[in-house]
Amino acid sequence: MIIYIPTPLRVYAGAKDSVEVDAPTVALALEALTETHPELRKHLFTSEGKVRAFVNLYLNDEDVRYLPAKEATAVATGDTLSIIPSIAGGD
Amino acid sequence: MSILHMSRAVYEAIRAHGEETYPNECCGALLGHSTEEGWRVEAAVKAGNTRTDSAHNRYHIAPLELVKIERDARREGLGIAGFYHSHPDHPAQWSLTDLSEAHWLGCSYVITAVAKGTAVVTNSFMLAGASEEDKRFELETILVDNQPVVVDPG
Repeated sequence: MIIYIPTPLRVYAGAKDSVEVDAPTVALALEALTETHPELRKHLFTSEGKVRAFVNLYLNDEDVRYLPAKEATAVATGDTLSIIPSIAGGD
Repeated sequence: MSILHMSRAVYEAIRAHGEETYPNECCGALLGHSTEEGWRVEAAVKAGNTRTDSAHNRYHIAPLELVKIERDARREGLGIAGFYHSHPDHPAQWSLTDLSEAHWLGCSYVITAVAKGTAVVTNSFMLAGASEEDKRFELETILVDNQPVVVDPG
């Protein structure tokens, strides 16, 4: 599957905007990604190993948080995983 | 100080969006190319503000909308350079809320003050730092068609 890397994290992923990984689930895809690019780990995960609260993961067009199996969801070769940090603010 | 380049058309579109949504905040994404001195914005894409509970002083872009914006941008060979939003009847300065909820390090956050429905000052702040723990906003120069615009440091 292809994992799309957001602009701020590309510097930690060899300047790539996407990385192809071979993994059976979302969690293992992220594991494969951070094994190849270990500097990404602290930007994606808390020190307890949980995905940071502001990091949104979309499997194709589905928010992984709301999938029944969440990060244990199975993925297929043609799937895409988008990493999208949240956007918010105000005065 | 980094530089944010954009065309007059993009600059005016960002400001017009703030007037259009007044008294609520507008928001959107900036698409462009990274250069050595900063981002060169090629397009601004309007986004919906999901904070209907407090739209006059908060904004939030639905992540799925952003996934789609980024997907379209990638097809055009562009990346997400940053974001813009408006501050209705409030200065064009970043707030603590803006900083705490900003997570796109190295990207530009453009803020337009809209006073009584009219866009006044537009400033841009680059989210500097190497991590969430040391992030900070740094004022940057906006060049519109390669010409500086007046920046209000507050």
